[in-house]
Amino acid sequence: MGIYSCLGKNLEEVSKSLYEGKSGIIFDRSRKELGFRSGLTASLETPNLKGVLSRNQRVYMAEQCNYAYLATDEALKNAKIDRDYLAAHEVGLLYGNDSSADAVMKSIDTMREKKDTTMIGSGAIFQSMNSTVTMNLSCIFKLKGINLTISGACASGSHAIGLGRMLIQAGLQDCVVCGGAQEVNPYSIGSFDGINAFSIRENEPEKASRPFDRDRDGLVPGGGAATVIIESYESAVKRGAPVLAEITGYGFSSNGDHISVPNVDGPSRSLQMAINEAGIDIRTIGYINAHATSTPVGDANEAKAIANVFGDHKPEITSTKSMTGHEMWMAGASEIIYSMLMMKNGFIAPNLNFENPDDDSVKLNIPVKRVEKIFDTFLSNSFGFGGTNSTLIVKNIK
Amino acid sequence: MEKTELINKVNEALAEEFEIEISTLIPDANIKDTLDIDSLGLVDMVALVESLFGVKIQAQEITSILTFENLYDYIYKNINGK
Repeated sequence: MGIYSCLGKNLEEVSKSLYEGKSGIIFDRSRKELGFRSGLTASLETPNLKGVLSRNQRVYMAEQCNYAYLATDEALKNAKIDRDYLAAHEVGLLYGNDSSADAVMKSIDTMREKKDTTMIGSGAIFQSMNSTVTMNLSCIFKLKGINLTISGACASGSHAIGLGRMLIQAGLQDCVVCGGAQEVNPYSIGSFDGINAFSIRENEPEKASRPFDRDRDGLVPGGGAATVIIESYESAVKRGAPVLAEITGYGFSSNGDHISVPNVDGPSRSLQMAINEAGIDIRTIGYINAHATSTPVGDANEAKAIANVFGDHKPEITSTKSMTGHEMWMAGASEIIYSMLMMKNGFIAPNLNFENPDDDSVKLNIPVKRVEKIFDTFLSNSFGFGGTNSTLIVKNIK
Repeated sequence: MEKTELINKVNEALAEEFEIEISTLIPDANIKDTLDIDSLGLVDMVALVESLFGVKIQAQEITSILTFENLYDYIYKNINGK
């Protein structure tokens, strides 16, 4: 695993932030000057890869590729996969990404100003495509297996992992680099702000993202990148890899409904499919990492879906978005890592700002403080615009 | 613009853009080898020259610009021809 997020620049930093229940949300005044309704955002330092990657590698990388490179470099090192191994094996790459707005905007600005497409430069086309992350990572790390971007809105990262697992199950790949990346620049989410989706609790940035709380008023945008290396058990054992966990279930569904308003049926089916596929008693699930983004309807409907599926079994449920904001295309992958770090270290990070339940969240077991708990299986939900749903179940391997 | 001034300006810009030592930019050196670029990188060199001098190197002419000397001469000729 590897990660670069508002909670830290690597697994160790992120694990510490989770344990301490730290918020990565700030108020960014420059967004107000751009006409944003909300100036709230996750705080993320743009890495400087000069000296790490050559100019000819960096010139094709959009903002989110920088995060994805660092997350993937960390993940490969932790998985004990070096350049020699990558050169000798067909390691795949499935990464969630669903925009590259900053690069698109800059190239269009240049075209309008200069009226000369040469002036856009050589990097823009490779930065502007949704597949910018996979095209760059595959060239930098010299990957030779499947090479594909998954664009499934805010479930992109989760679907990437689920689909990678399917390729391994089918015997088509032994090892796949999976993950999700999300640009953080304001231009990428101005249109999202424009539909009143973001919290405007600007006077209390760290209290703005409040999944499941009665007084939630919208999400806070975040980003970064998260990478997990998934591999067949046989391949991992053969090369002596540190095996952390097993993905035991992947469920998916489409709401077949509204483009932005989630429902209960679609997520319920995704949850149930993952549980059925894992073939487990739901009582073995010790923690649920909810999709809950802090929007009024989304959180309520997810709470209903979880209550429907889990009935009397009430494991701790939190949304790590209370700390990170909504990491969108990255979220499905980053939340697997957050949950993994909690599972490996025996705790559940608090659902920040859950002060008062509503009629739906009152039925769930949502801790407001860190819980010290050993658990061996967790479930992670990711839902997106257009009604795309993804659920992963992961079991610890000690 | 004097040619010496032009050469200095080109070299400084190329060294910064392509992250190389300015001392490696000698007149008869091959541009692509020295800057470690392919045809995509040449696009960035063309854009750089245009932004610095307002001189547009046409696509059909770039193939004849192989060395830095060729490049300096091309820019010098086209600046003075304006």
